[in-house]
Amino acid sequence: MKAESDKTLVNSGPYTLGEIREGTPCCEPVPHLQVRNLSVAYGQQSVLDNVSLDIFQGCITALIGPSGCGKTSFLSSLNKLIELAPAARLSGQVLFDGQELLGAPVDVLTLRRRIGMIFQKPNPFPLSIQRNLELPLKEHGVRDKQLRAHKIETALRDVGLWDEVADRLQASALSLSGGQQQRLCIARALVLEPEILLMDEPCSALDPIAAAVVEELIQRLRGRYTVVIVTHNLAQARRVANYAAFFWMKERVGKLIEFGQCQQLFETPGHALTAAYVSGASG
Amino acid sequence: MAKRGLEDASTAAGTIAERLFTLLVWGAAALVVAMLLWVLGDVLVMGLSHLSWEFIVAAPEDAGRRGGIGPILVSTLLILLVALAAAVPLGLAVAVWLAEFTRRGGRFANSIRLTLDVLAGVPSIVYGLFGNAFFSLYLGLGFSLLAGGLTLACMILPVFIRTCEAGLSMVNNDWRRGALALGMSRTSAIWHILLPAAAPAIVAGLILGIGRATAETAALIFTSGYVDRMPGSLLDSGRALAVHIYDLSMNVSGGDGAAYASALILIGLIVVLNTLAQWLAERWLSRRILNS
Amino acid sequence: MTLSAHNSSSHLNGGAARTDRNLARLLALLAGGCALLLVLILGFLLLEAWPLLGSGGWRAFIRDSGWYPLEGQFGIAPMVWASLAVTLGAIVLALPLGLASAVFVRFYAPPKLAAGYRLLLNLLAGIPSVVFGLWGLTQLVPLIASWQPPGASLLAAILVLALMILPTVALTSAAALAALPADLLAGAAALGISRKGQILRVAIPAARAGIVSGALLAAVRALGETMAVLMVAGNVVQNPSSLFAPVRALTANIALEMAYATDLHRAGLFASGLLLTLLVLLLAWLAARVVQRAPRGSVYE
Repeated sequence: MKAESDKTLVNSGPYTLGEIREGTPCCEPVPHLQVRNLSVAYGQQSVLDNVSLDIFQGCITALIGPSGCGKTSFLSSLNKLIELAPAARLSGQVLFDGQELLGAPVDVLTLRRRIGMIFQKPNPFPLSIQRNLELPLKEHGVRDKQLRAHKIETALRDVGLWDEVADRLQASALSLSGGQQQRLCIARALVLEPEILLMDEPCSALDPIAAAVVEELIQRLRGRYTVVIVTHNLAQARRVANYAAFFWMKERVGKLIEFGQCQQLFETPGHALTAAYVSGASG
Repeated sequence: MAKRGLEDASTAAGTIAERLFTLLVWGAAALVVAMLLWVLGDVLVMGLSHLSWEFIVAAPEDAGRRGGIGPILVSTLLILLVALAAAVPLGLAVAVWLAEFTRRGGRFANSIRLTLDVLAGVPSIVYGLFGNAFFSLYLGLGFSLLAGGLTLACMILPVFIRTCEAGLSMVNNDWRRGALALGMSRTSAIWHILLPAAAPAIVAGLILGIGRATAETAALIFTSGYVDRMPGSLLDSGRALAVHIYDLSMNVSGGDGAAYASALILIGLIVVLNTLAQWLAERWLSRRILNS
Repeated sequence: MTLSAHNSSSHLNGGAARTDRNLARLLALLAGGCALLLVLILGFLLLEAWPLLGSGGWRAFIRDSGWYPLEGQFGIAPMVWASLAVTLGAIVLALPLGLASAVFVRFYAPPKLAAGYRLLLNLLAGIPSVVFGLWGLTQLVPLIASWQPPGASLLAAILVLALMILPTVALTSAAALAALPADLLAGAAALGISRKGQILRVAIPAARAGIVSGALLAAVRALGETMAVLMVAGNVVQNPSSLFAPVRALTANIALEMAYATDLHRAGLFASGLLLTLLVLLLAWLAARVVQRAPRGSVYE
């Protein structure tokens, strides 16, 4: 990693991390997820072809590219949520800490506790704020009420929501603003102490100010969590990500065109398509 | 074109036809209102003149000409209770399966949906025949509140299932995905999030079912029977309120007053039960889901 | 490190996954059981009707001239005709009135009045059939009797049934009209077509599939209705020759005679129940087909 590129990207290079409280920073890339020859098809319709890349521990990896090139399918293959679509067929390998996820039978409930997911549209449950966080904890066997309360407070503090909602934990989560709802959803994922967070365009449904708050929060997650984020906002990808993967549609099938360190991919792209997309869409 | 249209609209013939049509539409609407007022007004006037607290609680005497409808009300409620106790859990279970565990366009699920729609069209008198042959005779329940209630359960089940299924399918898919992405099991996602979110549709289905079951006569005549004494158990025969109205007006000369009072009570009972269902659901919901 | 052994709660989650599978199995079983209800119903109807049907009794249905079950005469044609006549009459009355009500709700009534009117229709739909029967028996029948005795007649049954199915026709038609794309009427208005023309020549034809299927569903209800018809139709087994003649519908016949029917007579009643079910299913199937076929290429969708 070059030192000069750190100056150009404020607060996003691997050496200018925000608060790190635990976990491995990404100065030494340790693969957390290894994707090998992943292909995804819905029925006969292939949507993603032969993708291989590594997601490094403690780093933020951005997935960029035009709509419909399989980024979301890729993302939801990592926690196997793609199984919700009954026609989805996966092939290839995904290794999580070296353990195969696709071929072997996996306890998906534990997998999804360890790999959290944030959606484009904030989706807090139509329950109280407290119950939104309590329900997943109970579900994963945290019986002790005090421990739950402690974990809930920690998670809400982590997303900077505690001061805003501490006095109305019993209020409906749907009464929060869009940005607050999205941060609550992030807290809901964090309360389970996951290792990896998958984020599917987490800011695109929010107004600019709320989006900036959430983006800043994502920055703070670096080091402590491994983050994979799909974004159409190239400036955002450039600001937050350590690594970037560029997807593109070729013959109506999504392919990985280029994967590498974020600055490198944006500044000295190795592929003509990447160069065109990065300059065209960001200009 | 436009010019000709303008001329047409301004001709006298056009205006008269237009006015006539408007008059017809308003006339039809007024006729419907008048008929409804006639029916309801009749029930209200004739019913109120015969209604008293004594009528509600006392046992019928002289084939219902005198006395009241106390035991009959009890039978009606017991039959309804049996019907709901059987139909609601079963209906919810099947609705959950149809909405949450089946693939779109799956053959087995679609054939079950078709079957339910067919069942929903079967006339109530046929349910009565079936209930008589199956519950009363084959299962040996005889003419009893249990046989009548189970017959009604079969009758209201199809519509209840389809209403609940529709409600569940309309629940925001983001919640479903969010719950699963948190590693929640489908079972708890359904129990804690999806069913409460579908509660309005479930209540609507419940109200439809209550309305149909409480008003039903034909399916009960030869399943729960005519006996107008106070039932001692669910295996006793008991006369439902609707059956009582039928009996009073057809078989008892001079029973019209009591019949109208019973009709008023029947309509009132349906309204009360519906309000109760709504209220219970709202209370239950406000504990779990808060309004935004 | 394996996923299922990762944390202390994993045992629970493994159990939860199993719970999911078991729940799915249990629910599928219950669903299958519910579907079996139809088989059970048809099976028991057939079983009970078999003494008559098995001995070629269905021919008696058509051949025999009258319904004298105690003498072994099982001609049900008069009651089938009565049922059909009552249903047809009720539809003929309720369709225009219901359609006009729907047009009123959709195009003429101010919003508040429309909401109130809708509420009224729902109220009408919620009145028990036995109450309609009671009202028909004590109000309508004497009224008709004072004009054309005996009063309890085909006409009385038609009037009461028409009132009963009116809400079904009106509410389904209103839904079909409300589902029309807004620009369809705007387009018609832009062509300078009058309000009446917009409704009669554009809106109703475009919504016809929903309207027809609503009418067929109402017919299903009319054909299957027992109590109201039983209480006002007079219950004389004869071909419906005049509007003022008493008739007996299939449903009413079952309700009247089940109490004391035995042996072949009972079998005859179950057989007529079977026939009634088949008639109703035929109508329901027609209604489903109308809805299914209409959207293709039409403006209804």
